[in-house]
Amino acid sequence: MNKKISILIVDDEDSVRDSLYNWFIEDGYHVECAENAKVALFKIESAYFDIILVDIKMPGMDGMELLRRIKSLKNESIIIVMTAFATVDTAVQALKDGAFDYITKPFDPDDLSHLIRNASKQILLSHENEILKDRIVKLENVEDIIGNSEAMKKVLHQVESVSQSNSSVIITGESGTGKELIAKAIHSNSLRKYFPLVSVHCGALTESLLESELFGHEKGAFTGAMYNRKGRFEMADNGTIFLDEIATVSTKMQVELLRVLETKTFIRVGGNKEISSDFRVICATNRNLKQMVEEGSFREDLYYRLNVVTINVPPLRERIDDIPLLTEYFIKKYCISMNKPPIPIEISAIKRLEEFDFPGNIRELENMIERAIVIGNGKKITLKDLPLEKNTFHSSVESLYEQEKIHILQILNKYDWNISSSAKALQVDRATLYNKIKKYDLKSSDKKIKEGK
Amino acid sequence: MNFQKITLVTFGYFENDFLQKLIKKIHTEFFINVQLKEGHLDLSDFYEPNRRQYDANKLLHHFEKEYATDDSKTICLINVDLFIPIFTYIFGQAFLGGRSGIASIYRLNNERYGIEADTNLLLERFAKEIIHELGHTFGLIHCQITDCVMRSGTYVEDIDQKNISFCSKCRENLMLQQNNK
Repeated sequence: MNKKISILIVDDEDSVRDSLYNWFIEDGYHVECAENAKVALFKIESAYFDIILVDIKMPGMDGMELLRRIKSLKNESIIIVMTAFATVDTAVQALKDGAFDYITKPFDPDDLSHLIRNASKQILLSHENEILKDRIVKLENVEDIIGNSEAMKKVLHQVESVSQSNSSVIITGESGTGKELIAKAIHSNSLRKYFPLVSVHCGALTESLLESELFGHEKGAFTGAMYNRKGRFEMADNGTIFLDEIATVSTKMQVELLRVLETKTFIRVGGNKEISSDFRVICATNRNLKQMVEEGSFREDLYYRLNVVTINVPPLRERIDDIPLLTEYFIKKYCISMNKPPIPIEISAIKRLEEFDFPGNIRELENMIERAIVIGNGKKITLKDLPLEKNTFHSSVESLYEQEKIHILQILNKYDWNISSSAKALQVDRATLYNKIKKYDLKSSDKKIKEGK
Repeated sequence: MNFQKITLVTFGYFENDFLQKLIKKIHTEFFINVQLKEGHLDLSDFYEPNRRQYDANKLLHHFEKEYATDDSKTICLINVDLFIPIFTYIFGQAFLGGRSGIASIYRLNNERYGIEADTNLLLERFAKEIIHELGHTFGLIHCQITDCVMRSGTYVEDIDQKNISFCSKCRENLMLQQNNK
């Protein structure tokens, strides 16, 4: 760790510079010296130093002024000031001006070692912080949305175009299609990305709870309101509020929501002070809002207020091309979380996944893969690890010929191509099953036909 | 440069028996011939009356000029209190990857801290200090391993805590340096 840390010593006295130089070199740091503030500034502009040790008393520009100049350059270096003339005032001023610490010459060798060790820890922490920040940004970016299909490309293109605006967005799509991920992608690519994205699952809350959740409440507003509490609209100030399952909101709350969206102000439950908040609204629903408007169960004015842009996330069955990619992504995700090496998946299993309807969409695929990794043998994900039986009568397969072919193959795979067991399950004799295998040209991917009982 | 020996130059009085034991300990660590020399110096030129201490930087430069040779790693042994401008005191210092260093016995004696004298402990401490400075002359930097002799020490207790020998990593680096020279 020490080798990576660079130190600049700024002192007009040769002996001090030399002593500190030797001391730090022996500790394995990268060290440079400057005999005055001018040379120091030149060096700071041409190279980055993790720690800068500055003497306060120097001819020309003194250490305090140098400290201020360095800080004005938006330099992130840790600055330690040193002086032989210690006074509380200068120490306080140095710290106010942004110095990390203050040390009086001559110092106890141990004091300096502690100081540098603390500064090193600080540097390490800020490096870690930056790395973590980068990771968070990556997580929030669209890389989390897996898919190369035309349908997803269209969605991502829409995300890109709406993210820079402040317009309200409605994300529609079946349950489990990843509407919340799309909302996160819009937020993290918008100018509001450094402010919160506050999610509210409207469907999970009763009307009164939702009201208190969205607008907050004052102490004593209702039984159990023991403290003042900020609402989600208030928390989302400068950021984005994501209202999931917006179609479940009651008519009364729809009126309240409309008012808040129009004025961007609201009053906490039990309060009398108007609070304003600058937020962007993204809603999601798996219902057809327009139809609800026609039926009279969703307010038309609220619908038009929300529906500036609509993004429709396609169901998984309309993006079959993405299934291999998503499968690979989930295998990787769960193998990592379960601390297992990456497990390959049989090609035949992928093919069957592509034929599957997935009424639960990506969430269903994800659960399926997780289950396969948990219950499988850990070497390969095979067809029998995937619970696909119930749904193989694919709506797109209409011919009886195809349905029979798929069903027989499924049973064969289920019984590990054991002809006796498969025939028994199909309630046909073995000869019939052999004839069917021949007729449909069915082949086992990696197993030989077994003739066991 | 081809280092074939280690030279200890003494300034001030050191008992012969003490020095012989010191040589033995140093030889055990470096496996190089250790020779002894007696140096003479008017220390008043290096005395700083304000601090009542001796300027280690000035002394080190003087020793480098007068006693260091290309075929030896030279450590000057002294029994006065050393300082460098930034620190209240130091036990010793050396040129990193250089030819010479300086080690003081002044602050290593138990009696200085009001404790009963212990010649063996003093010998151990001084040997550790000399080996530490010699390590620097071979290019070794401070080590984080608690018991390595190259660990930086501020107080005698720190010196007591570490071993007289190098940790495996420092030993490896030392051998690399010795082979390169």
